[in-house]
Amino acid sequence: MDDWQHGGFGVYIHWPFCLAKCPYCDFNSHVSRNIDHELWRDALLKELRHSALLTGPRKVDTVFFGGGTPSLMRADTVSALIDEIDKLWGLNPNAEISLEANPTSVEAQKFADFSNAGVNRISMGIQSLNDNDLKALGRMHSVKEALKAFDIAKAQFKRVSFDLIYARQKQTAKHWFAELRQALDLAVDHLSLYQLTIEQGTRFGDLYEKGNLRHLPPSDEAADMYLGTREICAEYGLYGYEISNYARQGAESRHNLIYWRYGDYAGIGPGAHARLTLDHQRTALHTHTQPQEWLDLVRENNHGMHAPEPLALEDQAIEYLMMSMRLTEGSDLNRYEALAGQELSSTRVEQLKALGMIETTGTTLKATAKGRPLLNSLLAELLR
Amino acid sequence: MTELKNIRNFSIVAHIDHGKSTLADRLIQSTGTVADRDMQAQLLDSMDIERERGITIKANTVRIEYKAKDGETYVLNLIDTPGHVDFAYEVSRSMRAVEGSLLVVDAAQGVEAQTLANVYHAIEADHEIVPVLNKIDLPAAEPERVCEQIEDVIGIDATDAVMISAKTGIGIADVLEAIVTRLPAPEGDADAPLKAMLVDSWYDPYLGVVVLVRVIDGVLKKGDKIKMLATNASYPVDRVGVFKPEMQPIDKLGPGEMGFLTASIKQVRDTRVGDTITHEKKGVEEALPGFKPAQPVVFCGLFPVDTALFEDLRESIEKLALNDASFSYETESSAALGFGFRCGFLGLLHLEVIRDRLEREYDIDLITTAPSVIYKVYLRDGTIVELHNPADMPDLTLVDHIEEPRIKATILVPDEYLGDVLKLCQDRRGIQIDLTYAGARAMVIYDLPLNEVVFDFYDRLKSVTKGYASFDYSMEGYAEDQLVKMQILVNDEPVDALSTMVHRARAEARGRAMCAKLKELIPQHMFKIPIQAAIGGRVIARETISALRKDVTAKCYGGDATRKRKLLDKQKKGKKKMREFGRVSIPQSAFISALKMDD
Repeated sequence: MDDWQHGGFGVYIHWPFCLAKCPYCDFNSHVSRNIDHELWRDALLKELRHSALLTGPRKVDTVFFGGGTPSLMRADTVSALIDEIDKLWGLNPNAEISLEANPTSVEAQKFADFSNAGVNRISMGIQSLNDNDLKALGRMHSVKEALKAFDIAKAQFKRVSFDLIYARQKQTAKHWFAELRQALDLAVDHLSLYQLTIEQGTRFGDLYEKGNLRHLPPSDEAADMYLGTREICAEYGLYGYEISNYARQGAESRHNLIYWRYGDYAGIGPGAHARLTLDHQRTALHTHTQPQEWLDLVRENNHGMHAPEPLALEDQAIEYLMMSMRLTEGSDLNRYEALAGQELSSTRVEQLKALGMIETTGTTLKATAKGRPLLNSLLAELLR
Repeated sequence: MTELKNIRNFSIVAHIDHGKSTLADRLIQSTGTVADRDMQAQLLDSMDIERERGITIKANTVRIEYKAKDGETYVLNLIDTPGHVDFAYEVSRSMRAVEGSLLVVDAAQGVEAQTLANVYHAIEADHEIVPVLNKIDLPAAEPERVCEQIEDVIGIDATDAVMISAKTGIGIADVLEAIVTRLPAPEGDADAPLKAMLVDSWYDPYLGVVVLVRVIDGVLKKGDKIKMLATNASYPVDRVGVFKPEMQPIDKLGPGEMGFLTASIKQVRDTRVGDTITHEKKGVEEALPGFKPAQPVVFCGLFPVDTALFEDLRESIEKLALNDASFSYETESSAALGFGFRCGFLGLLHLEVIRDRLEREYDIDLITTAPSVIYKVYLRDGTIVELHNPADMPDLTLVDHIEEPRIKATILVPDEYLGDVLKLCQDRRGIQIDLTYAGARAMVIYDLPLNEVVFDFYDRLKSVTKGYASFDYSMEGYAEDQLVKMQILVNDEPVDALSTMVHRARAEARGRAMCAKLKELIPQHMFKIPIQAAIGGRVIARETISALRKDVTAKCYGGDATRKRKLLDKQKKGKKKMREFGRVSIPQSAFISALKMDD
């Protein structure tokens, strides 16, 4: 059995367009007024077919439309892609099909069509329940509009999740916890709660470098916010199953679990990433990021991918550990050792255990509550 | 061979930035010594570091042929001397090699301390001195005031000062005439036995060691068998030549002339600045006066950041040492840093130049430990230990007393900053010797411990006076004081590379400052880290670096595991710039930065 089968197989489709670029976002997104939807549909379909040729037959567990803003796609495009996936590989009967959506009234009108197309889970970028902060984050919706869209979504989809960004400028732990409780009161079963991260190459990144992005919570307060977030979510029955993701048992994002459990995933559309085991060799693939360039390549080659990069076993081991340690369930040391060809340094494991950062039970390695917020340092230490 | 009466040998004395190199460039250019198309700025500074910092480290000469107004053609030998206090001895030797000096003073800024130090070398060498006021085209130029200052402060007549702008070329012709008419021709006897001064030497990858010489008496020819008096070594001369400024072979060098020789000398170390060169047979017996072997005064440890590169560092240091006799080194092993070298330098600039060259020319990342001076440790049993490294400090019970080197510092500073300068000197345990005024500027002379100056005194001086002070110093011998070794403990383990000698009365303040600095410099770890300063077993200062509480990527990018792996690689690279002490990683820069005082 190939290693990916521990994680499953999903298909990610990237829609690279947004109505505006948010100042914190460093994803591959572009603002364009003239999108030829037929052309894009056909190109995405072509790349899907190419991916299916690469993988050969296997069943699809999950599909995820990400972006960009995939709720700006036409519903018939979404429908055609889902149908094609089913035709090419076959969708498992209980396949999870998610789509990211902006919580605006315009997009909410399309929810019924997305649902008819086969989408069964929606993930909404609400980001904040405070109008001033929404403006500061460059979002175009209001809280009221977002909540309305959320209600529509709940009526259309069995599974609805939303994202919030916290540790924002001028935000205190107290304010955030109140906002979080408000969010949890909406009776969601899944939340993605991200601490604001300042990325290079974004507007916030530029401001930050010039010293003009002020009043971000100090690191200790951000740590308190993180720990408190987990506790409050637990009070409401949502357990933190990943660093930034919280769900009722069984309501986890199965697509994201494929990444974190280091399964295989195809990546379709500009700037999408894939890990595909081809002829028993796990391979990293990613597509060109510029929309026009990607389109041109697809027209010529049926795909917009860079040259595939076969991953050495030790790199796979590193990726597995880095991804899986994000999960509360932790990593399977047997899987790590099978890939790495050796055990983790027992001295380092013992040192980190002594510091209370990690724990092992049987062949499972997990970050503790103390170690989780320090995962980057901890992994650097484990993989040194 | 040029007739004595048609030779003029001179140097240019100036403060950094007052235009020495630009003037030299102009003289070379306007006499057609170098074609315009081959001109590059600061022609005489050949090392990158010299060009970048605008300083001269090795002496250099250029031979300029100039047809004067009297119709005769003169050979002008310009010697460019090192312009920094670290190289005072080299300067004094270069000065002995010529008969006159151009004293270049910025017409807006006036005389600086460094100008003074070098002009005193010129006066000591009995030079005829021609004052040259540069930058007279600047709106801020005050030639009259500056002339007055030259007369007041230096005590030489400035009535006939030459007014120039080296940048625009104004007055360059006047400078050339002044050299011919106002500077004396050298004296010498072509028939006397050979007597020449070794002014400087360096390694040339094609020619081997090149020796810069000034012939006093006799004639130096290719094929001669020469002898160096200080080393008593003999060599057959392969080549004799002059600098124009590129090397040009000629048949012989006669009295009064300057030029170079090569003689299959293997290492620069085999040559001594100030040594006397004569013929092996029928040579002179008596050496030129004033010869001194090089004496390092500042020491520090140099360690490769990557311990695996120790052998590379050794090779590089050996190569560098071949070209610099004033730089000394011996292997050192540090519990904290592993294997490296304890190196001795003429001063801080010299230290920085060598370190820069090792990092740049030999591509080795270095950890530099705290610079130290040589302490004389008098033991109870009557023996004296020369301490180059605080880590080697003998057990306190064995020590009777300790002496440290002191310097005489001359500082020129505008009145408004005088208070700050006095405070700085006082804080550095200085004893005021003199305070006089020269126009609107004070000249302060202080007796200071070298160890208080060696590190960041000059930086501090520049910062408290916004760059308006100038500074020079000379060594003044040893004096006893209450000195102790202060250790720094990181996470309860002593880091020997951070040990320093401090005055007992200042130990606590210093210890607190170092701990505070290290708290900033050492990144947070997953656990808290105590930092302590201690004398003997007694902790005198303490800080704690709190444990890092959050370091996690919030959002993991739609399956982009490559990005995560790259982040890990970046973290690993960052770690390579650090050294592990027990479980604590200390950045390489911390070893020097920790010592910088913001007092």
